[in-house]
Amino acid sequence: MYQTNMYEGMLSETITIGGHNGHTINAYLARPLGAGPFPGMVLIHHAPGWDEWYRETTRKFAHHGYVTISPNLYFREGHGTPEDIGAKVRAAGGVPDNQVVGDVEGAMHYLRSLPYLNGKVGVLGTCSGGRATFLVACRAKGFDAAVDCWGGRVVMSRQELNPKQPVAPIDYTKDLSCPLLGLFGEEDQSPTPAQVAQHEQELKKYSKSYEFHMYPKAGHGFFYYDRPNYRQEQAVDGWKKVFAFLEKHLSAPVRTPQAVG
Amino acid sequence: MCTMIVTKADISGSGKGQQGWFKLSQANVSFDHPFHAPLEHALNIDFVNEAEGPGARVAVELSAESARKLVEAILAALAQGEASGYLVATESTLRR
Repeated sequence: MYQTNMYEGMLSETITIGGHNGHTINAYLARPLGAGPFPGMVLIHHAPGWDEWYRETTRKFAHHGYVTISPNLYFREGHGTPEDIGAKVRAAGGVPDNQVVGDVEGAMHYLRSLPYLNGKVGVLGTCSGGRATFLVACRAKGFDAAVDCWGGRVVMSRQELNPKQPVAPIDYTKDLSCPLLGLFGEEDQSPTPAQVAQHEQELKKYSKSYEFHMYPKAGHGFFYYDRPNYRQEQAVDGWKKVFAFLEKHLSAPVRTPQAVG
Repeated sequence: MCTMIVTKADISGSGKGQQGWFKLSQANVSFDHPFHAPLEHALNIDFVNEAEGPGARVAVELSAESARKLVEAILAALAQGEASGYLVATESTLRR
């Protein structure tokens, strides 16, 4: 836990990494200053895009001691404001699941190439990024913990499947390769509590390590302080659970206070 | 986006975006998360010209009720235009 007499510094910048099929994409990286070693986190942005909230959250994780990367999953759609690019992707029906998995895997490999990584990498996403988090945790090897925040459409009807999203993520549950934390709201329409329960049954069926928390009086996106669904009490508790879970599974180093005066 | 509900229409006309007026080629209509409107889901219309890049976009985000009122208002204005002889009724409008 941060103490007021601790030194703290961070470096955050846009970088380029190898994504799906070896294509170059850009990403936002934030890391604590110092030799480390630090655990790593990949953040998967939500459907509205690679936006300010994700930059802030990337820095938030660095503040908590994680070298953190947020890949731009919409890089191939051209460049403009995050909203304009997000709108373009919305009109196109999203980006293909295979591409997302490849880009996130590329971000994980980038972290694993860093000399100051402690060898552990987690992944977190919200909204469609929560869905992608579960998908990646099932389909890619190399993650040590996954946090799905209100990922909708993990459970999909046959009618919802399409060439970009040909398989419902829930159907990959048997392949989940790391512990999973899920945060959901009772008032959410996607995923509904019934869909979350269905997902939980599947996790139990395959004896997966997971913990789900269903928050009362919360709906979709209750961490987003700039949206009407923000719920202060639930968000504070949710963040607490996220960092406790990650510290348990990624062995986040305990900061050693260094007196400055 | 989370609902993935989107429909498109080829259109012609002009829109005024951040860089001024530009020719419109398409309207993308979605019912999904808005960027700005204080709603979980909104009826979003993006009037765009993809050939001019992602910034060539005029966006509106409406509540479902507002969107229905807009549809009625558009159809009413077009009907008045036809009734007044300013607009020649087309085969598609006559079928309604």
